[in-house]
Amino acid sequence: MNQVIAALQWLADGANWSGPGGLLARTWEHLWYTALALVVGAVVAVPLGMYIGHTGKGRTFAVGVSGAVRALPSLGLLTLLAVSMGLGLGWAVVPSTIVLALLAVPSLLAATYSGFDQVPDDVVDGARATGFSELQIVGRVELPLALPLMVGGLRAAALQVLATATISAYLGLGGLGRFILDGLSVSDYPRMLGGAIAVGGLALAVDGLILVVQRLVVPRGVHVAVGPTDA
Amino acid sequence: MNLAWVSANWPRIWDLTVQHALIALVPVVLSLVIAVPIGWASHRSRLARRTLLPFSSILYAVPSLPLFVLLPVILGTRILDPVNVVVALTVYGVALLVRTAADAFDTVGLATRDDALAHGHSPGQVFWRVALPLAGPALLAGLRVVSASTLSLVSVGALIGVPSLGYFFTDGYRRAFPTEIWVGIIGTVVLAAVFDLVLVAIGRVLLPWVRATDRTRA
Repeated sequence: MNQVIAALQWLADGANWSGPGGLLARTWEHLWYTALALVVGAVVAVPLGMYIGHTGKGRTFAVGVSGAVRALPSLGLLTLLAVSMGLGLGWAVVPSTIVLALLAVPSLLAATYSGFDQVPDDVVDGARATGFSELQIVGRVELPLALPLMVGGLRAAALQVLATATISAYLGLGGLGRFILDGLSVSDYPRMLGGAIAVGGLALAVDGLILVVQRLVVPRGVHVAVGPTDA
Repeated sequence: MNLAWVSANWPRIWDLTVQHALIALVPVVLSLVIAVPIGWASHRSRLARRTLLPFSSILYAVPSLPLFVLLPVILGTRILDPVNVVVALTVYGVALLVRTAADAFDTVGLATRDDALAHGHSPGQVFWRVALPLAGPALLAGLRVVSASTLSLVSVGALIGVPSLGYFFTDGYRRAFPTEIWVGIIGTVVLAAVFDLVLVAIGRVLLPWVRATDRTRA
């Protein structure tokens, strides 16, 4: 327990928060890597998921690719890409972002096409009969109804990316993983544990924030089923 | 790929593959054993559902590397002890599987349960003979996801010095030697496939009335 107290003291020390290697700067770096990867992943996954969900084509392909990506060890992908690209330590952010974005794709893709899938056919046909074009159906009917599930996918993707961004520190990148790996290598346990607590706290904060967004994006008049449903 | 390196280092590759499999095996088994009762409790009691399910998703949100280094402090183990990785991966497996288990028991339905009770089953028999077998396919599907994610996370332990196929990632990176990293990745994927086949085979034996399906792999 002494180690926990030492870690909390390390966290409470203002000197560890400021400067380019401080907690504040590392937290921003961590969020920046995460956001960048999520945007890149979403640019790939969301349009693809919308297409699959709207047309019903390519579902098997998406399931297969997502399953394969999930089975791959992220540390292996990070180190392989970093070594193969040979960009050096200064550009480690490139292989790291590619891997992090790749990890975000399965959750975002599955959430998007399931979100579109669960819109009842009656609703889509009703919109079509009312004179909506296909694009309007996608944009004004399916997308709003799919949004809560899509944000749920974003939540899963964000957690996965944030966790793996910690490991990216191994490639010489910044972010909160630095405290863990640097603390470990010189047996500075307060720093290591302080960094670990900081990453955990950041993950929970991001998780909670997206959960709030998920509740806010439920369109008025739609009730999301929560809890046991007995048939 | 430098195949000469692979054949020269085959004993070491085999050793680390076995270590990797052993570290992953315990969490996969334990997560089923622990998640089923918690899932059942969440299915039966609203209070349990409102506390246990959010708690498990909070645990799942904690990234693996921080958990690996925090556990020695909580458990009083040494930092290099593989037990830390085993416990951390069990936590993730349980967190993943609890919701699946609760949902699986939910789909069994009150009518089926009332039928079983009306036929003279005791509540314990309803669980073992009706609810658990009916929830079996969904539990198996969830366990397959746990198995794949556990095998892939074991390698992160290499960052804190716990030997597994992840050693090839850190060593290959330090030496800028892609072959070694490929060996680690292929080894992990092969292990994941073997674990999956074993789980499906166990499913065929224990749940002979269902054809093993792939539906929760989405």
